[in-house]
Amino acid sequence: MDVEAARYIGAGLAVIALGGAGAGLGVLFGNYLNAAVRNPAAAEKWFGRMMMTFALVEATGLFAFVVAMIILFV
Amino acid sequence: MAEAHSPLAQFEIKPLGGPIHIGGLDVSFTNSALWMVIAVAAITAFMLLGTRKQAIVPGRWQSLCEGMYDFVSNMLKDNVGNEGRQFFPFVFSLFMFVLFCNVLGLLPGAFTVTSHIIVTAAMAVFVFVMVTIVGIIRHGLHFFTYFMPQGAPMWLMPLMIPIEIISYFIRPMSLSVRLFANMVAGHVMLAVIGSFAFALGVWAGWLPVGVVTMLFGLELLIACLQAYVFTILTCIYLHDAIHLH
Repeated sequence: MDVEAARYIGAGLAVIALGGAGAGLGVLFGNYLNAAVRNPAAAEKWFGRMMMTFALVEATGLFAFVVAMIILFV
Repeated sequence: MAEAHSPLAQFEIKPLGGPIHIGGLDVSFTNSALWMVIAVAAITAFMLLGTRKQAIVPGRWQSLCEGMYDFVSNMLKDNVGNEGRQFFPFVFSLFMFVLFCNVLGLLPGAFTVTSHIIVTAAMAVFVFVMVTIVGIIRHGLHFFTYFMPQGAPMWLMPLMIPIEIISYFIRPMSLSVRLFANMVAGHVMLAVIGSFAFALGVWAGWLPVGVVTMLFGLELLIACLQAYVFTILTCIYLHDAIHLH
């Protein structure tokens, strides 16, 4: 196979990991909303913790993005 | 593939005013260095001018400065406890530097200092080494019991100790790559979406302005959030070193 073609396929395979980040974000926001609707008084208190977890979950997806970028451009 | 119009062209480091070499080292004053200087100057001006009057009833600017102080101070108190007070200057400088670099990088034509892994890795390795030294000074050899999880059965130790050691040494990497990857991904995404708008031409190019503005807002949120995450993880590492679990 052509190296250039293999490169594009590899970059495409690398971003499959974004599916995991998507599932994680869904679980995170779903559970937060679930809890917030049940107990709206406590929702405000945990918003900061939720946003921090959002950043952590999102970062794992970005690791995959970095790998894809390294395959494509480096 | 990295042409002038590639979305990665914005991260290129260029020496300003000619290259300078001292003893085989390239010490040119680059655009990265320029934006670091701008960030530090902006932080200094922001804090010094904001707290100049020291009014008892703070104005807008002064309450913004006090808000920043309170924010980091509370974060340190909640995550490290009272022993964390002595690390406040370090943690506050770290937070302000990362925050200002991230936010200033969003200005059109600006250079994002934190989008280079060498910068974030330098900060992360500094945090890691400092936290380890603090732990060793505070606990002596007892510090190494940190790698033995409490309450785990003895026969699991051959498995648990290597895992704990690996997860300890992976910290500077995950800390630096998280910030760097967020910044790079955000700016590449903005550049790619922006180039779509550019490709639409003069007549239809204004159509996606709402979407691009919303994406820009998201990037602003991410810039602040990543500064917060970097700082809070530093606090958590400090907590681990001081309290050992």
